[in-house]
Amino acid sequence: MNLTQRDWLFTVTGGLLVCLVLLPLVAMLFDLLRLGLPVLGWEFLLTAPSNAGRSGGIAPLLISTGWILLVCLSVAVPVGLGCAVFLNEWLLPESRLSRGIGLSLDVLSGVPSIIFGLFGYQVFAITLGLGFSILSGGLALACMVLPFIVRTSQQSLAAVPAGYRQAAQALSLSQTGMLWRVVLPTASPGIAAGVVLATGRALGETAVLIFTAGYVLRQPDSVLDSGRALAVHIYDLATNVTGGTSHGAATALVLLALILIATTSVRSGAGLWSRYMLEEKR
Amino acid sequence: MSLTSPSTFSASAEVLPAHDQVVQSRAPVVSIDQVSVFYGDQCAIQRASLTVQPGQLMALVGPSGCGKTSLLHSINRLTDSVAGCRVTGETRVGELAVNAPATSLRELRTRIGMVFQQPNPFPLSVADNIRFPLKEHGLRNKQALNQRVEQNLRAVGLWDEVKDRLQQSALSLSGGQQQRLCLARALAMEPEVLLLDEPCSALDPVATETIEQLIRSLKGHYTVLMVTHNLAQARRIADAVTVCWVDEGCGCVVETGSREAIFVNSSNPVTRAYCSGEKG
Repeated sequence: MNLTQRDWLFTVTGGLLVCLVLLPLVAMLFDLLRLGLPVLGWEFLLTAPSNAGRSGGIAPLLISTGWILLVCLSVAVPVGLGCAVFLNEWLLPESRLSRGIGLSLDVLSGVPSIIFGLFGYQVFAITLGLGFSILSGGLALACMVLPFIVRTSQQSLAAVPAGYRQAAQALSLSQTGMLWRVVLPTASPGIAAGVVLATGRALGETAVLIFTAGYVLRQPDSVLDSGRALAVHIYDLATNVTGGTSHGAATALVLLALILIATTSVRSGAGLWSRYMLEEKR
Repeated sequence: MSLTSPSTFSASAEVLPAHDQVVQSRAPVVSIDQVSVFYGDQCAIQRASLTVQPGQLMALVGPSGCGKTSLLHSINRLTDSVAGCRVTGETRVGELAVNAPATSLRELRTRIGMVFQQPNPFPLSVADNIRFPLKEHGLRNKQALNQRVEQNLRAVGLWDEVKDRLQQSALSLSGGQQQRLCLARALAMEPEVLLLDEPCSALDPVATETIEQLIRSLKGHYTVLMVTHNLAQARRIADAVTVCWVDEGCGCVVETGSREAIFVNSSNPVTRAYCSGEKG
């Protein structure tokens, strides 16, 4: 076989493998569109569900999902980022403490989500008395995504060129000034990728939320009220409600769109912030 | 030294001679006495001693792994942040004892500027690369900051090349320009000593030539220690030379002296062999 033939073979094989990867995704999307599209519309988005979700829309669930995600990210992002900064900037990388924390984070990120659900139920709902609520759910989800955010942020902080830090040391710049002006803006695209990953996981999570946020269909009055997330709704329609398939599929399409919107906005937000910080003419 | 007032002297190449006296009095003696640097059990350089006279340029030459860079990093205590690194012996910058517990790292590093092997400008705009460190050290006056940007970019001959793109990212400059910006950034802090760690090794011959001329113009105004692999370069620009070598797995200083003493009159066999190109 000559070189050109070998190149050709590689190209074709690679292309086929890509198709193979895309196939389940396309098939799933096709199925969802076929089942869900007839139901989808403004009315679906703006009305409350009725008949256990067989008819009506998903308006209250969208609100619950938004609140849960907001609680989750507003806790997980600052805590996770702070932890990553501490691990990477203030601890020596090979210190025992740093390695210990790193190991526990890796173990935590491998824990099944149902465990976080039971933990959240016990700690937030029962011990702290928050009951089945958006707050309990958001906090339990935050515990689940925290290791991802810490690890990905830590990796992107570590990927900031060592030369910047060396120059900063030689110029005797404060660590905080350097962190704010150079390190975080440089690492922010990577940190955003971690947040995106966490957002996707949080939006798609059911096991954690069934035990913490609950699954009532009505609209929550406050974060202390129970509420059903979109993913829990899909799970419920698929397993407990006969005749709920098309509404389940439509909800799944909305969830996919939400993930797409969240992903793009987090990414572009981080990009804008990074550019603003690095180019700022203060 | 205060950074909060606008600079009293200009390091600009055209302006420098007029201020010779003022500047020269600022450049201190740098003396290194029996300094050893260890990384864990590994010895990088052992019992190194040398003295650089005020305003002189001392070149540190020698093969890779003989501890030149470690010795240089021990002068502004960059070695402090390396896990397991230990420095013994005494280094003085003027009257300041570098390794004394009472010595403020901030003061030490404000008095010593450094340029690294790889150009490492911050990913900020060209102007902010100079403004940001100055602001961090308390200079807030906008006019003074802009004045300092222009003055130091002129000092490294970069002003005419970048004056129309001061707000562009420093990373868009060429390697040689980036290295000159790094030098300008160091000069803006008004140091008395400059440590140059192979400043030309990542650059092409044309950029090297520019930087070399620049370094030559700095002599007399700053006490300079420059690590270089390039013997010809040391011969061209150094006032004094220190030859380092590796002895039993550990770096050491073989000989230190004026350029002529090392390149012409040395009786040390290692120095002679190294300078003639037979060794190293």
